Amino acid sequence: MKETETLESKQASKGSTERISGSEAVVKCLIAEGVDILYGYPGGAIMPVYDALYKYQDQIHHVLTRHEQGAAHAAQGFARISGRVGVAMATSGPGATNLITGIADAQIDSTPLVCITGQVFSHLLGSDAFQETDIVGISTPVTKWSHQITKASEIPEVMAKAFYIAKSGRPGPVLIDITKDAQVSELDFKYEKCTGVRSYNPVPKLNNDTVQAAADIINAAKKPMIVWGQGVILGKAEEELKAVIEKAGIPAAWTIMGASAIPTSHPLNVGMVGMHGNYAPNVLTNQCDVLIAIGMRFDDRVTGKLETYAKQAKVIHFEIDPAEIDKNVKTDVAVLGDSKESLAALLPLLNENTHEGWLEEFKKLYAIEFEKVIKDDIHPTKEGLTMGEVLKEINKQSEGNAAIVSDVGQHQMIACRYSKFNKTKSNITSGGLGTMGFALPAAMGAKMAAPEREVVAIIGDGGFQMNIQELGTIFQTQIPVKIVVLNNEFLGMVRQWQQLFFDKRYASTEMTNPDFITIAKGYHLKTKKVTKREELAEAVKEMIASDSAYFLEVCVEKEDNVFPMIPAGASVSDIRLS
Amino acid sequence: MNEEIKTFTISIYTENNIGLLNRISAIFQRRHINIESLTTSQSEIEGVNRFVIVVNITEHQAKKIIGQIEKQVEAIKAYYHTDEETIFTESCMFKIKSNLLFEEPQIQNIIKESNTRIVTVNKEFFVLEKSGRRHEIETLRKELNTFGIMQFVRSGRIAVTKEEMKITEMLMAFNNQ
Repeated sequence: MKETETLESKQASKGSTERISGSEAVVKCLIAEGVDILYGYPGGAIMPVYDALYKYQDQIHHVLTRHEQGAAHAAQGFARISGRVGVAMATSGPGATNLITGIADAQIDSTPLVCITGQVFSHLLGSDAFQETDIVGISTPVTKWSHQITKASEIPEVMAKAFYIAKSGRPGPVLIDITKDAQVSELDFKYEKCTGVRSYNPVPKLNNDTVQAAADIINAAKKPMIVWGQGVILGKAEEELKAVIEKAGIPAAWTIMGASAIPTSHPLNVGMVGMHGNYAPNVLTNQCDVLIAIGMRFDDRVTGKLETYAKQAKVIHFEIDPAEIDKNVKTDVAVLGDSKESLAALLPLLNENTHEGWLEEFKKLYAIEFEKVIKDDIHPTKEGLTMGEVLKEINKQSEGNAAIVSDVGQHQMIACRYSKFNKTKSNITSGGLGTMGFALPAAMGAKMAAPEREVVAIIGDGGFQMNIQELGTIFQTQIPVKIVVLNNEFLGMVRQWQQLFFDKRYASTEMTNPDFITIAKGYHLKTKKVTKREELAEAVKEMIASDSAYFLEVCVEKEDNVFPMIPAGASVSDIRLS
Repeated sequence: MNEEIKTFTISIYTENNIGLLNRISAIFQRRHINIESLTTSQSEIEGVNRFVIVVNITEHQAKKIIGQIEKQVEAIKAYYHTDEETIFTESCMFKIKSNLLFEEPQIQNIIKESNTRIVTVNKEFFVLEKSGRRHEIETLRKELNTFGIMQFVRSGRIAVTKEEMKITEMLMAFNNQ
């Protein structure tokens, strides 16, 4: 996928064809699209493609995960850290349905995936054949596009379309289901990359009038605030965003999916918005006079109660997907288009400004949050270890250069709140779907896509056990991924809600856990277990220094809560500090 | 925006691909919107299908639905219109016992006055067909029901809009790219 022409694409452009099987065509399409790693699990209906993969193993590396869900999440991790299309493959029936959670996760978090599933022979379709499921039907609501191939001759065109749709515009997952007869029969193969689909307009044309209207409002603003989302990362618009923020002196906050687009240390980076975000940007959302949303979609975890969200502000929305405009929050100016292009067009129209007094208000509220929450999270005085101090230590030892792959729950919020991000694409997490079990396989995929980067998975004891089998993949492939399990022997986030909203009735949230160290040792991983504060720094240091995979279990305080918190259905400005 | 629930006719131009009906109906299902009627056919453009869907929703909902439909890769363009903005009709058929045609002379008057067409007559039954607005069809059904109807079926709404659809130019623009 490095944007160089491959041998195959050159051949295709010359117009030559060769007679090959459908399964070999599938592999040649992947190679032509620059795919060098894919994740999957073989089975009856996809075996011909695996046979073809065997033939091309010097050009394309297949990673055998231990579960198809692991394959989907690994492909997501691969895509999220690299911006390339992740590829997952599975057989029909249960293989295909096991991909669904990862596909749904990729759909809601706009991650480019191409998932390939085997299907029973076309003459058996609809006959309830062995391992037959209507995976195109099942995946329809959670894919950007899905298609079933029943003839070998369709393979090149459909595969080209799949990659084009997955990565263009607002990215998303595409599922291609291929019947076994299409895999085994032959075609005249010729590959041409897809450059357009007539019914599909991936990037709306930028209207300069809307950019001017946005600039006029921003230039007149006294208390402007930016909230950016993943659209900045997907659009590779980090530099443009930074230039806009710096020129106009606008405090900028991020959604969980936008984290790391601008370094944590940037003076105008005022933290995370949303349910467990920072105090200042949440409270000041309801005091700003202009709210500039960039590549974000006003998720309910970001807005809290919509009726009281930024009602005083003019709202400007920079967005690639027209369906997001006015979906949740009514905008005054919508700038449709690619974030990079839009922000580049905005920059020269902005007046230089500093908004010092306004920025001071963020600092004041940060001081309150530091005093009431952050101090005890990262410099605790109590005996038990906090998740926050573990993150602080990881920041220190990795010098803020690690990609943090978090699972879902309390540790995820802590990871996003306290990670220091120096580089973009450093926060890989399941934001929209909230998929427990995401982090371990996603971290494998991320490390394979970016072997030069330090990849640290931060996982709770609950989520770790949801895809724990992927330790097997890590062992077999020797991926040097660092795994930190923050063990509080609870499903911590649910327990927190039970404490706050269900009178401490801890229904089914307490976990009797196995000895994770013994399990990790079973996979021959380097391991360490930390139960005391004085052991933490040394253990984290050893983990970061390790050249191979490392499993670190940290036993943290059992009943800590994550604050600040916007209770469900409350206004962003009613955020609680305790 | 107007929050009054009204009847909207949603017109969607699409590629003619398997599975698209599923994708489109799921958009309504997720939002718990009941589809009053759904018709799909060839449109004025060769190879392009047209869906006509009737729903009772607010204009606010209609706008969001259009956005979600157009987001689908194989949907080319979607529009919503009120009844006043469209010319629309439905079609219905009745199957009635043949002896009634002779025993109940009133039936012949009803057929004449309502401009209903006799499709076929045989010894056992005859079949009537009528196109028109819902209330016309309902009146006819009630009148005929007093004599006994063996079968009744009514189609979904089909509609053309008063305003011009810019769809052909859109497709031309793509082809010229």
